[in-house]
Amino acid sequence: MYQEVILDHYKHPHGRGLRAGQAEVHHVNPTCGDEITLRVRMEGTVIGDVSYEGQGCSISQASASVLNDLLVGKDVAEASRIQETFLELMQSKGRVEPDDEMEDLLEDAVAFAGVSKYPARVKCALLSWMAWKDATAQALSTAPTEETV
Amino acid sequence: MTATSPEGRVLPGLLDTEAIRKDFPILDRTVHDGQKLVYLDNAATSQKPRQVLDTLASYYERYNANVHRGVHTLAEEATAAYEDARDKIAAFINAPSRDEVIFTKNASESLNLVANMLGWADEPYRVDRDTEIVITEMEHHSNIVPWQLLSQRTGATLKWFGLTDDFRLDLSDIEQVITEKTKIVSFVLVSNILGTVNPVEAIVRRAQEVGALVCIDASQAAPHMVMDVQALGADFVAFTGHKMLGPTGIGVLWGRQELLEDLPPFLGGGEMIETVSMHSSTYAPAPHKFEAGTPPIAQAIGLGTAVDYLTAIGMDKIAAHEHAITEYALSRLREVPDLRLIGPVTGEDRGAAISFTLGDIHPHDVGQVLDEQGIAVRVGHHCARPVCLRYGIPATTRASFYLYSSPAEVDALVEGLEQVRNFFG
Repeated sequence: MYQEVILDHYKHPHGRGLRAGQAEVHHVNPTCGDEITLRVRMEGTVIGDVSYEGQGCSISQASASVLNDLLVGKDVAEASRIQETFLELMQSKGRVEPDDEMEDLLEDAVAFAGVSKYPARVKCALLSWMAWKDATAQALSTAPTEETV
Repeated sequence: MTATSPEGRVLPGLLDTEAIRKDFPILDRTVHDGQKLVYLDNAATSQKPRQVLDTLASYYERYNANVHRGVHTLAEEATAAYEDARDKIAAFINAPSRDEVIFTKNASESLNLVANMLGWADEPYRVDRDTEIVITEMEHHSNIVPWQLLSQRTGATLKWFGLTDDFRLDLSDIEQVITEKTKIVSFVLVSNILGTVNPVEAIVRRAQEVGALVCIDASQAAPHMVMDVQALGADFVAFTGHKMLGPTGIGVLWGRQELLEDLPPFLGGGEMIETVSMHSSTYAPAPHKFEAGTPPIAQAIGLGTAVDYLTAIGMDKIAAHEHAITEYALSRLREVPDLRLIGPVTGEDRGAAISFTLGDIHPHDVGQVLDEQGIAVRVGHHCARPVCLRYGIPATTRASFYLYSSPAEVDALVEGLEQVRNFFG
């Protein structure tokens, strides 16, 4: 489960810290106390920035770092496709073997495939991704360039 | 205490765990490709001895029937065994009367039952907007939420004792917290997260001064120490069966007889009635007044066998064993760099659940890497989130011991934590 790439992201998270954005959400995982505050800044239909602060296990923190790598700079439609693919992988209970296409799409996030075999930890891996989806929906419903937080 | 032997065999007060473990088939299993199971999650639930498993099988194979209903042989045997279990539990907790032992499904239901009895009661017990409910910051959620609900529904004020920096109840303001307005004081005897054993006498004395009722959550006490409800001086004592070698789905509420006579039922249904007409009903005497519907029959009988098992070994001996294991574990855990105990640092007034944090490593990661080595611990906030908030931590890792826990398992935990540190270091 603890792939080297996951531990790397955990020890050296990418894009951590809260920066300006149009929407902020706070998500928690009540079973273990993992928490994340996440902001999204949109530039038109492109994800300008995803910034975050949180506390939690290596899986939840590394997952947020990978998310930042993958989604910032992508068009929202592409980002949503990545999010949905990651969700599908994490809900696969270890039954989905990532193919080349999935690896190209998910990059470092395929390292989480092993986590999907541990039901108690899937929520950890998905915490930031659910927060991102929520925040992005909120950001898109506000004025396109208005920074509210 | 001597804790120099790696096997820990020189610790005084230890039970013969090798013999005891033969009664627990599950302790022989392996996990993750051959890792020997080291089960240190006893505060969550205990394992069950073969005697209890046999009791369950025998009930279903030989005399499964509903209780208090039929006149046939099976029904009579089932009823006798169910009521016999009540006798065993009454003796186990030194209840003055067997009719004071109410079977519930768990400690949560027992505590909710007390809250609802008081919410619907007439004077002098009635909890309403002019009265106060007192709990503590150390409670399991099951002794917080029922009182929050009662407070919200009745308008009563909910108050609580805070915690000291050394993981004990702060009773310095006891006269301001428990007042003439207090109707009920409900608190935990042994904390499931901190391991702290609370000073019952001081709290009961103050509650009695002001005429408040006292309810004790003994979920982490009944499995581990001699229980004497008369010595405790409380009005209600709640605990659960599955933490004391019994099956899940069976809990106990002990209540003083005159209270159980006066207080109204909560759940209505079969078994709890005397006569029923379409306009109104009258109720059976306690304990049946509080046991609506078909009870968990096999589970109650199984708990009776669990109590027999514990009694045969001796609760005083079990307490001494756990004290020795706890002292040894505390001394070994002190050797682990970056480990911070979240709970009393000595074995004094302390149970066998030990919570800790390990540097910045999240407890989920600690638990996962321990599990890979076969070591089962609990991680998270242990249904006691206010305690985590109080000490500024998101969660803890908790190792908790029981009568079959051995010093070798403590050693395995300490070695396991070394591996965790190497992994995330």
